[in-house]
Amino acid sequence: MNNKLIQLFQTENKNLLNIYCTAGFPKKESTIEVILSLQKNGVDMVEVGMPYSDPIADGDVIQASNMVALNNGMTIELLFKQLNSAIKKIKVPIILMGYLNPVLQYGIEKFCTHAATAGVSGIILPDLPMYEYENLYKKYFLQNNLSFINLITPQTSTKRILEADNQSTGFIYAVSSSTTTGSTNLGENKKEYFEKISSLKLKNNLMIGFGISNKKTFNNACKYAAGAIIGSAYIKALAKNSNIEEATNSFIKTIR
Amino acid sequence: MKKNSLQIFSEPNSHGYYGEFGGAFIPEMLYDNIENLRQNYLKISSTKKFKQEFDLLLKDFAGRPTALYFAENLSKQYNTNIYLKREDLCHTGAHKVNNTIGQVLVALALGKKRIIAETGAGQHGVATATVCALKGLECVVYMGEKDIERQAPNVARMKMLGAKVIPATSGSKTLKDATNEAIRDWINNPIDTHYIIGSVVGPHPYPDMVAKFQSVISKEIKVQLFKKTGSQLPTHVIACVGGGSNAAGAFYHFLEEKKVKLIAVEAAGCGVNTGFSAATTLLGTTGILHGSKSLLMQTKDGQVVEPHSISAGLDYPGIGPMHANLFKTKRASFIAITDKEALNAAFNLSKSEGIIPALESAHALAALSKLNFKKNDIVVVNLSGRGDKDLNTYMKYL
Ligand SMILES: Cc1ncc(COP(=O)(O)O)c(C=O)c1O
Repeated sequence: MNNKLIQLFQTENKNLLNIYCTAGFPKKESTIEVILSLQKNGVDMVEVGMPYSDPIADGDVIQASNMVALNNGMTIELLFKQLNSAIKKIKVPIILMGYLNPVLQYGIEKFCTHAATAGVSGIILPDLPMYEYENLYKKYFLQNNLSFINLITPQTSTKRILEADNQSTGFIYAVSSSTTTGSTNLGENKKEYFEKISSLKLKNNLMIGFGISNKKTFNNACKYAAGAIIGSAYIKALAKNSNIEEATNSFIKTIR
Repeated sequence: MKKNSLQIFSEPNSHGYYGEFGGAFIPEMLYDNIENLRQNYLKISSTKKFKQEFDLLLKDFAGRPTALYFAENLSKQYNTNIYLKREDLCHTGAHKVNNTIGQVLVALALGKKRIIAETGAGQHGVATATVCALKGLECVVYMGEKDIERQAPNVARMKMLGAKVIPATSGSKTLKDATNEAIRDWINNPIDTHYIIGSVVGPHPYPDMVAKFQSVISKEIKVQLFKKTGSQLPTHVIACVGGGSNAAGAFYHFLEEKKVKLIAVEAAGCGVNTGFSAATTLLGTTGILHGSKSLLMQTKDGQVVEPHSISAGLDYPGIGPMHANLFKTKRASFIAITDKEALNAAFNLSKSEGIIPALESAHALAALSKLNFKKNDIVVVNLSGRGDKDLNTYMKYL
């Protein structure tokens, strides 16, 4: 099967907008409506969060959306069902993001197979260390043509950035600053960090996330990368307006 | 010394695994700090300077060695020989200070200026705040909202010691949630901050580092027991397990001595199958929480289940990877004690020996009635802490 994410980067690598949503938020059945609304508004890729009870890298907003989704009865199994039901309509590349434990309980091999069948292009598992991935799980990602996307931060050493690049397919997720998600301080001296990454001439495209919340921060991030990822700000917009189409439409308009 | 098994129970491998449990499952935002710690904790703690200061503080500040007390009345009740390792006599009232002294010295050697910690019963929070006060370090402690209420005296102590106590308001508002908040703080403050984890949980190298700092407990037991009985080895060592730090310390130097029976006591809460329990080995399956692979109370979908125990220090849905391995290999046996049984044991010790134990330690004491002893057995119960912090709870049953 073709990997839509890799195809996208072959034709486009500027100003790409990746929006994060939480599966099963605000309602259990919202997942597909949210994805299709984002697609309709020209979003380039959608990162779908698989809700978890203890999302340690997330701030208040995404923590709350995870809790709502879990209370709605959202599971990985259900997410695959939802994605399968809309597989013909979803054209935008889908990336699944989540913590390792629910995926481990689902079974990694089964997870990768089912994700690929459901049309998913890439996976982000922030608490799966590179070492464990390389030794135990890589084969399942390769077999299913799924991109595996590593995170890097301002603290990541050059050596490790190169390792992450070597291991990743699709893109490298550059965390803008040392924060959990939803922080609004996209630190001042990020220029140096982003320029350092540029100078490494990585094989993967770079997408910048964390602290991107509006047009200004999006445009600024796009100066240094193929695009940027917005999460908490969109979740807030969804939480405020129960009309998903309308909320999405007006939110994306404020970005580009 | 010949060992008939290749398994070493006390040491993880270079990736932090005890058998199939352990590792370091952390987001990249924490990698640099954890890796820095992994590369340096053994180097730092084996320097002469560190050892001298650690030993001196354990002795003069924490009041070690703590007594090994022959509990005559309790021994009569159970018709055997029961010794209490008196960690309740440590400065701050529990074993937790052994670890916080060690970790504060490590943090200083790493050049850190700010300390964060999670706490359940408040004992680890108090022990952290205490050593931070001594060393002039900024201290922030995360504590579940529910625990702030039920362990009020410890909250006041932390404040008096100059620490800032921040309530964790998510989930079950207990230890698990406090730990989540502490981890989030560390992600947001990676440069100047060291996170002092209070038990043998978390990503490698924490379980090993904390176990080594707590291992002073069993080191002392060996010497003290030899003086009293002519043997270094008891027949049984009993300790309660929240995350497992006091048990790790009490078991440590007996782990490779197969003759010594190790008994780990978990909190059954209202009863193992009531849905209000914290008996992780009975109710848990392999999973990942707070950075390590271990046994974990979770749903079939991998969501962490909210635990229950009357004792804030045992109210945790996981267990350290060392203990998960002891369970899996059957090196230790695990017993679950209900809230009610623990309360009874606390009142019994108070009346028969004149010692008010912490609710956590009361679980270890309650295990005595679940075991069969011979007259000549030598049973050591690790009395991990004193009960002052639990008076709010005890008073309801007076
Ligand atoms: C007195 C006492 N004992 C035991 C525990 C449980 O922790 P651990 O299992 O790490 O010893 C606590 C934790 O707060 C405690 O305060």
